[in-house]
Amino acid sequence: MLSQRVHVDRVFHALGDPTRRAMIEKLSEGPVSVSRLAKPLDITLAAVVQHLQVLEKSGLVRTEKIGRVRTCRIESKGLSVAERWIADRRSLWEARFDRLGKLLAEPD
Amino acid sequence: MKERSVTHATFVIERNYPTTPQRVFGAFSDPAKKRRWFAGDEEFKVDSFEMDFRVGGSERSSFRARGLTCTNDTVYLDIVPDRRIVIAYTMTLGDKRISSSQATVEILPRERGSEFIFTEQAAFFEGADGPQMREEGWRKLLENLAQDLTR
Repeated sequence: MLSQRVHVDRVFHALGDPTRRAMIEKLSEGPVSVSRLAKPLDITLAAVVQHLQVLEKSGLVRTEKIGRVRTCRIESKGLSVAERWIADRRSLWEARFDRLGKLLAEPD
Repeated sequence: MKERSVTHATFVIERNYPTTPQRVFGAFSDPAKKRRWFAGDEEFKVDSFEMDFRVGGSERSSFRARGLTCTNDTVYLDIVPDRRIVIAYTMTLGDKRISSSQATVEILPRERGSEFIFTEQAAFFEGADGPQMREEGWRKLLENLAQDLTR
């Protein structure tokens, strides 16, 4: 549970920055190299690499070195599978226990 | 890349109900009462609900929501009257089993009612989140973020 929360925090932190959101938007069109990702952003390559590290840590982006080129791609799996499932299951039971509370508040 | 096919997760839900543990337990052991809170929802249509509340007994409930049939198959593993209920259950969406879990209900007598602790230890299986669910996951996340930023 704690690790899930940490993960969600990381995701929000990662998405809380306009440059990183721009990177995610670009990557949602398909995988690109780091240098191509950096080009329209008007920031140094070093800054892009730093942003990428944050995105990778959050599980939103995956990078892979093929030959001399590092390619970045979006990693939506980490987000949806775990968080979505757990959130859905939790809210299903939360709704049930709210109804249970209402039922228990009725006189016998 | 080979991906793992199971995601493990545990979550806890806590409640305080201003009534006796006996009454809380009764809402689990009495089928008519349980059906009301367990299955009653505007969005879910209940197709069937059968339960046999004893250790080794089973429970099966079937719902329909947004055109999909969702089935819960439950076995009661441990029952301590007014104190504890442990179940194992699987959830099936359409013809696909999406998870199996152990869930524990603990009821603790408190001065002003009952403390209620629900712990689910789940194994979620692969493939249950279609492209649509992923998309929804993203949209939800971005909406949450937008809310966070405008707060």
